[in-house]
Amino acid sequence: MSELVNTIIQGILIGGLYALFAAGLSLVFGVMRVVNLAHGDLIVTGSFLAFTATSILGIHAALSVVFVLPLMALLGYSIQRAILNRTVGTNVLPPLLVTFGIAIILQNGLLQIFTADDRKLDFGNIEIASMQIGNISIGWYSILVFVCAIAIIAGLQFISYKTRIGRVLRATADDPEVAQVMGVDTRHTFSVAMAIAMVVCGISAVLFAAWTSFTPLSGPSRLLIAFEVVVIGGLGSIWGTLIGGLTLGVAQAFGGYLNPAWQMLAGHIAFIIILVLRPAGIFKGR
Amino acid sequence: MPNYKIERNEKYHTGVLIGFGVLLVFLVLLPFWGDKSTMRLATEMAGYLALAVMWNLLAGYAGVMSIGQQAFVGVGGYTVFTLAGLWGVPLIPSILLAGLVAGLLAIPVGLILFRLNGAYFAIGSWVMAEIFLLLTAQSDYLGAGSGMSFPTAVAKSFGNSTERAALFWWIALAIVIAALLIAYLWLRSSRGLALTAMRDDEVAASGLGVNVMRNKLQVFLVASAVAGLVGAILFLGKLRISPTSAYDVNEWTANIIFIVVIGGLGRLEGAVVGTIIFFLLRGFLADFGSYYLIILGLIAIITMLKMPQGVWGLIYDKTQIELFPLKRKIVS
Repeated sequence: MSELVNTIIQGILIGGLYALFAAGLSLVFGVMRVVNLAHGDLIVTGSFLAFTATSILGIHAALSVVFVLPLMALLGYSIQRAILNRTVGTNVLPPLLVTFGIAIILQNGLLQIFTADDRKLDFGNIEIASMQIGNISIGWYSILVFVCAIAIIAGLQFISYKTRIGRVLRATADDPEVAQVMGVDTRHTFSVAMAIAMVVCGISAVLFAAWTSFTPLSGPSRLLIAFEVVVIGGLGSIWGTLIGGLTLGVAQAFGGYLNPAWQMLAGHIAFIIILVLRPAGIFKGR
Repeated sequence: MPNYKIERNEKYHTGVLIGFGVLLVFLVLLPFWGDKSTMRLATEMAGYLALAVMWNLLAGYAGVMSIGQQAFVGVGGYTVFTLAGLWGVPLIPSILLAGLVAGLLAIPVGLILFRLNGAYFAIGSWVMAEIFLLLTAQSDYLGAGSGMSFPTAVAKSFGNSTERAALFWWIALAIVIAALLIAYLWLRSSRGLALTAMRDDEVAASGLGVNVMRNKLQVFLVASAVAGLVGAILFLGKLRISPTSAYDVNEWTANIIFIVVIGGLGRLEGAVVGTIIFFLLRGFLADFGSYYLIILGLIAIITMLKMPQGVWGLIYDKTQIELFPLKRKIVS
């Protein structure tokens, strides 16, 4: 019994991280109406940036965010400005195909540089330290990850409702043409949205890189998780995204509890069930 | 009241038909002039072309952007390995059943996934393919994660390796001709008009009486059945199947998308031109490892941004030639 409770707590804690994966995807979709198929590969790129920074400079893995976040923001801004802005506002196909192309390029570029070996970031002692409540032990690292996730999601909520850039983003999301008439540089706004999304990806990339190992080919599974969370949680609701993350985390943990090989499968099946029962997700979006 | 009728650009019709006829004879006779490796390459090209024609029909006409067709390629492959390899069902019925199974599976999958629109359908279809992969990898009967080899005794009953290559080539040729004919006749019919209308504006099309859901489901069913047939014949050629190769998104979907985009989305000729370009590039870039895929990705992005009509679109704009006359023109 306590093993099951343990599993579910683990599921909830990793659910926070899944919500972070999804927050970036959701932001990009919300503002640009583009589903970024390279999302997972961009997260993995963030993990490799962190890996490179720590192995070259010999700094603690957590400190690598100092390099990873600005680089990810720059990467996001440039990809949007140079490539994706040309596809915004066309029909659904061009942005999908272009981001799919970017995904293939990133995957194979990483493969060329880093080979297909498993990599992992080392966070040190905190990874194995845990707190004990009765029979249940909870790793401090999982708690740290969860707290970071909640803080970042709250931060995103704050940015979008309490700051100027948040207002500009929401206005552009509602109607790019009217926003433009009101003096918003939409091309710049789109690129800023992508940069913010990539910073969120960068944080989750560093956290997840210590949680489990990654390879250049891990991108698609990250993308699918992010996507499932967005659909479960409902579009356009940041807290819905958190609920979606937790749901998927618990479903995977429960599947893994029954049989280790069923972990991913259980997540996908939970997604399909929710899709059938509630096409708009648990939290109804706009 | 003036009289209107619909005309098609059939100026080159006779020439094109003769050309196709000559080409067909040439291809049917391939086993008599080509060696084993040529036949295998041709079989693979036919499989890719059939997938590309169907993906073009899905994405270019019906507006169904699936990146999960590998699900049905894999199902087709595993079905034929089970039926012909394990149960001793004769070859041709096994292959046809593989197409049927894949097509039937597409119905529940489509009914669930069409709740997601546009881009969300795309990733949803990918999730579905992952589910197929994970379920297959769980089945000990199908060799679990490591897959299965086609029993040698059964393979030998189809003839020696040269005879097999010829047999598989003829079957693949039949599949690709069927795929081209289905797509061509579909697009010339009133259903084809409905598909094009859906692609341009789903809401307006349904307002004019097009049953969007049913049309999408029909195209998805046919495309998935063809994917099943292709999976069956290509994995028979390899004599080996595993979950990761059967449900490989890069092999069965990324490559096909590349072919369709380069050739020209929404043009039947585009799939043919794209397949030829793809195999030429693959031949030239084979020694470059992962750079090869990076180059393909770059070409696809540049094409999408600078030349969205694709190579055949460019040719058409210059010459107005249609090998498959599909465009309708109203004249009084």
